[in-house]
Amino acid sequence: MDKAQCERLLEALSDYLDGESASSELCAEIERQLAECADCRVVADTLRKVIALYRSLPQPGFPAAARLRLYQALGLEAFLDDECPPEVQ
Amino acid sequence: MVNRAATDEDDAERLLLQRLRNGDKSACAQCVERYSPALYRLALRLTGDAAAAEDVVQETFLNAFKAIDSFEGRSSLSTWLYRIAANAALMHVRRQQPLMVSLDDMFSDDDKLVPQALFDWCCLPERDFEASETRAELERAIRELPEKLRVVFVLRELEGLSTDATAEALAVSPDVVKTRLHRARLWLRERLSPYFMDRALAGKEG
Repeated sequence: MDKAQCERLLEALSDYLDGESASSELCAEIERQLAECADCRVVADTLRKVIALYRSLPQPGFPAAARLRLYQALGLEAFLDDECPPEVQ
Repeated sequence: MVNRAATDEDDAERLLLQRLRNGDKSACAQCVERYSPALYRLALRLTGDAAAAEDVVQETFLNAFKAIDSFEGRSSLSTWLYRIAANAALMHVRRQQPLMVSLDDMFSDDDKLVPQALFDWCCLPERDFEASETRAELERAIRELPEKLRVVFVLRELEGLSTDATAEALAVSPDVVKTRLHRARLWLRERLSPYFMDRALAGKEG
């Protein structure tokens, strides 16, 4: 990972993986570099995998008890509706 | 062609904003209902603490409703709320971990991140990627991201804000958002590679 081409690929890698703002010329250059350099291929493949993994993480929910306290803190209790799941006793 | 969904969304937000400015309590409740889950997720990812995240969300709405007249509408209401929440969450982190933040400040956007981890762990079986231990490791890695990178990463990648909206929420340029997101991704790859390499080698031995 010390060659100028590797550095160039690294700089453009996010845009390339996102399919964003990379010209077809740059895309071709990146693909050529990926075909020729095993290290670049590992970085690109593992980076792609990391992106897929964190995108599939479950999103944390907003706890019902916290929602209730928020409405109370803002003086909005009157607007707490039936959609709020019942508090766990 | 006009994007009708986006226009409807804009109209709904304009209407909501007008009602908020008039001090309409039901509009406040509507605003809270609509945005609190996302603001809570952001605060939780930035502080790493459920109680702190709850405080941040409360503070965000209290401050936003108080300052609603000063909101000029240059960004969307949600972007403005993200901005208030991100600032409140980062203030909390700074109070809790002053040393950590001063180390983060040393992180420069010009620093080159040269990949060191060059082991290909993509071939791991899918069950390794889906393991709860792997998810916990990912969450830990995200929490350990340098602050400047983490806040961009969470807004852009986990909350799905556009580059421009993230830039507005953090008062930085879109180019800075793109650079920091790229660095955050490379940082996470570097941070997670030894973990996956261990799993791959353990799998071979087993």
